[in-house]
Amino acid sequence: MTTKDRILGRIRRAVGDARPPAAAEGGIARDYLLQHGHRTPAERVDLLAAHLAEYRARVHRADPDGLPALLGRLLAEPGARTVVVPPGLPEWWLSGTDVTRVRDEASTTAHELDRVDSVVTGCALAVAETGTLVLDGSPDQGRRRITLVPDHHVCVVRVPDQVVDSVPQALPLLDPARPLTWISGPSATSDIELDRVEGVHGPRTLDVVLLGPE
Amino acid sequence: MTTDGRGRGGGRAFLGMPRARVGGGGRAAGEDRAAGDGRAAGDGRVAGRARAGGEDPAAFPPFPEAARAAVRDERLRANLRHATSTIRDKRARAVGELADWDRLRAAGKAVKDHTLRHLDHYLLQLEEAVTAAGGTVHWAADAAEACRVVTALVRATGEREVVKVKSMATQEIGLDEALEAAGVAAYETDLAELIVQLGRDRPSHILVPAIHRNRAEIRDLFRTEMGRWGRPAPADLDDTPAALAEAARLHLREKFLRAKVGISGANFMVAETGTLVVVESEGNGRMCLTLPETLISVVGIEKVVPTFRDLEIFLQTLPRSSTAERMNPYTTMWTGTTDGDGPSAFHLVLLDNGRTDTLADEVGRQALRCIRCSACLNVCPVYERAGGHAYGSVYPGPIGAVLTPQLRGTDSGIDASLPFASTLCGACYDVCPVAIDIPEVLVHLRERIVQGGPVTRGGVRVRIRPARGHAAERAAVRAARRLLDRPGALRAGERLLARARRLGFRPHRLPGPGRAWTETRDLPGAPAEPFRDWWARERGG
Repeated sequence: MTTKDRILGRIRRAVGDARPPAAAEGGIARDYLLQHGHRTPAERVDLLAAHLAEYRARVHRADPDGLPALLGRLLAEPGARTVVVPPGLPEWWLSGTDVTRVRDEASTTAHELDRVDSVVTGCALAVAETGTLVLDGSPDQGRRRITLVPDHHVCVVRVPDQVVDSVPQALPLLDPARPLTWISGPSATSDIELDRVEGVHGPRTLDVVLLGPE
Repeated sequence: MTTDGRGRGGGRAFLGMPRARVGGGGRAAGEDRAAGDGRAAGDGRVAGRARAGGEDPAAFPPFPEAARAAVRDERLRANLRHATSTIRDKRARAVGELADWDRLRAAGKAVKDHTLRHLDHYLLQLEEAVTAAGGTVHWAADAAEACRVVTALVRATGEREVVKVKSMATQEIGLDEALEAAGVAAYETDLAELIVQLGRDRPSHILVPAIHRNRAEIRDLFRTEMGRWGRPAPADLDDTPAALAEAARLHLREKFLRAKVGISGANFMVAETGTLVVVESEGNGRMCLTLPETLISVVGIEKVVPTFRDLEIFLQTLPRSSTAERMNPYTTMWTGTTDGDGPSAFHLVLLDNGRTDTLADEVGRQALRCIRCSACLNVCPVYERAGGHAYGSVYPGPIGAVLTPQLRGTDSGIDASLPFASTLCGACYDVCPVAIDIPEVLVHLRERIVQGGPVTRGGVRVRIRPARGHAAERAAVRAARRLLDRPGALRAGERLLARARRLGFRPHRLPGPGRAWTETRDLPGAPAEPFRDWWARERGG
C-alpha cells in the first residue's frame, strides 16, 4: 500500500462515510461584504493612496504628460545609474531619463540583478481597502525576480481603471495560473521587540505612481 | 495563579493540573534562564531542539516545570508583556475596521469544516491540479517519511545547501536537523528564525519566534555567530532594530543569490487550481520561492481549501489576526511551474504526521481549522506569563495546547500536561478567525487524559488508560463529598476554622486527602463566622 493510499484511508475512516461533496453542499454562507463602503472612483483612488502611504510606500500622482519627468526624478533622486525594465514597459514612460536601461533576459542572473539600482513596472491591479498592488508577470511587469532583487521599485498604477475596492473584488480579475505577487508597502519586519523596520530583503523603497487620465 | 512553588520541590502543579510524571529524566527547574535554553548537552547542542524525524516530546519537561522557571525570568516576562499587549491592541483596531468580521469568521470556519469533511476528495483534486501545472506531489505519513522524501529530493539536485522560508510544518518534522545529518546546510531566512538558528535556540511564538530575545541579546548573537555561518556582522553593529535588520539583509543576501534549492511551507493550497500561497513580511519568502531552480514545499494536509475564491476570506482574516495589518507586505501565489519565471522544478510534500488521527476525533478535529495566525497566543494570560518554550513544541500557546497533544499523543509528561495549561478564560476562542472553540477542546482532552478513552494513533483506534497522576485529586474530591454529605461535621469544622482564624491561624493547604486539591489552588481565607451561623443569626433561621 502506498503512503498516499494509507493517508486517504485514514481520512475516510476518520470522517466516516467519505463521499465527494454534493453540489448543494458547496453552499458556504458567503454573507460577508464584497466591499466595505461605496466609493466614487476618485474616492477609491484616494483610499488606495492613503493606505499605501500608511505602510510607508511613497505615493505620487501624474498624468501622461507628466509621467516621464516624474519617473526621471524618482530615478534620479536616489542616484540610480541603472534601471531594469520589463520587456513590455511602454517606451515613453522612460523617455524623461537617461539612466542606463537593463533588459531582463532569461539568462540574467540574480547576481546581475543585485547590481541594478532600480526597477520600473506596471501592475495587474491595486486594492484600495488594503493598500495592495498585485503583479501577475504580464509584459509590463516582467519576471518576479526583477521586482525583488533591486533595492528600489517604482510601480505605475493606471487610475482609476486598475483600482478595485476590496480583496473579494480583486480575486476574480486575477488568473491563478500566473505567478502572483501581492505587495502592500515595502518589505518590513517586526521581529525585534515588535519594532517595525521597513526594508529587509525586498526593495526598501517603494514608489507608487498613480497615473491618471489627461 | 499558584505557580510560586512556595516551599516545594519539583512536584507543584499548575492551574489544576496534578503533579505530572516527569518525562525524559526531567531537569532542574528554576534555572536562571527561560525553559527554552534547555540543558546543554554534551555536544554543545541544546536539548529540546527538534531532532530529525520530529520533535522528541521526552526532551521537554512537563508544562508546570517549564512554566515555573519561565515565570521567574523577569526579562522574558517583560518582553512578553510588551509584545503581547502591543499586538493585542493593534489587532483589535485592525479587526474593528471590518463591519462583517463575524461573518468572515463564520465563513472561514465553514470553508475549513467543509474541506475537512471531504479532505480525501480535495487532496486528490489538489494533486491533479499541481501535477497538471508541472509540479510533483509526494505524500508523507509521518515526520520521518517527510524528512526522507525531502532529503532525497535535495540530494538529487547535488546541492549541499538550501534556503528556507519560515515554516511551522518543517520545524514540526525536524527537517533542518535531518538535512544537517545528511550533510546539507539549511539556512533559515526569516529574521526571527535566523536569530533562533544562530542561537541554537527554539522558537517561542508562531509569528515572532524570537520574541523572548531582546535587542542587546540579538546584537551579541549576530556579532559572535554570523561569521560562522557566512558573512559576519559589521564589527561596530549596534542594537537598533534597523541596524540588526540591515546586518541580516547583508548576511542572507549572498545565500539567496547563490541558492539553487528553496524549501517552504504554505499558508493555503487551492484544490481547484493547484495554487499555493505564502504570506510574509520581509521578502525572504519571495527570495526562496522565486530565485532557486528547485522549490520543495512541505505542507500539512489540512491547509487545502477548495477554491481560489475561498482566499477572499482568509486573505482578509489572516493578516488582521496575525500582524494586525490590513495586508501583510508580501503574498506569493504560484501554481506549479512557470516557464522562465521562478523555479523550474516544484515538489509538494503533503504531510499527515498526526493530522488524520486528529481528524478522527469529532471534538478535537476543529483544531485542524487553524491558519496559524497566533492571535490566541497574544490574548492568553497563561502564554503571556509562561512564554512559548514551556509548551514544549513548535506550536505554543492555546492552539499548541490543543494541537500538540493530538498530533503527538499524550504519552509524554509534556503532552499530557498541555491541556491543563489554561485557565479556560475563553479569550482565545473570541479572537480565533476560524472560531476554534479551544476551551471546548481543552476540556475534552482533559477528560480523555483523566478518564481514559478511545483515541486514534497512527490510524489505529486504541484506548488510553486514565492517567495515574490524577488519583490524588480524585481522592480529594471523594473526601470533600463525604464531608459535604455530613452537615454536622461540616458545621463543626467551619466553626473550628473561624476560631482558629481569630487566633492567627491562616492555613494555605488542607491536610490529609484534601492536600492534593490545595497543591494547585490557594486555600481561601476562612471567614470570621461560618455563613450558616450568620444566616441563622440574621434571618432567625
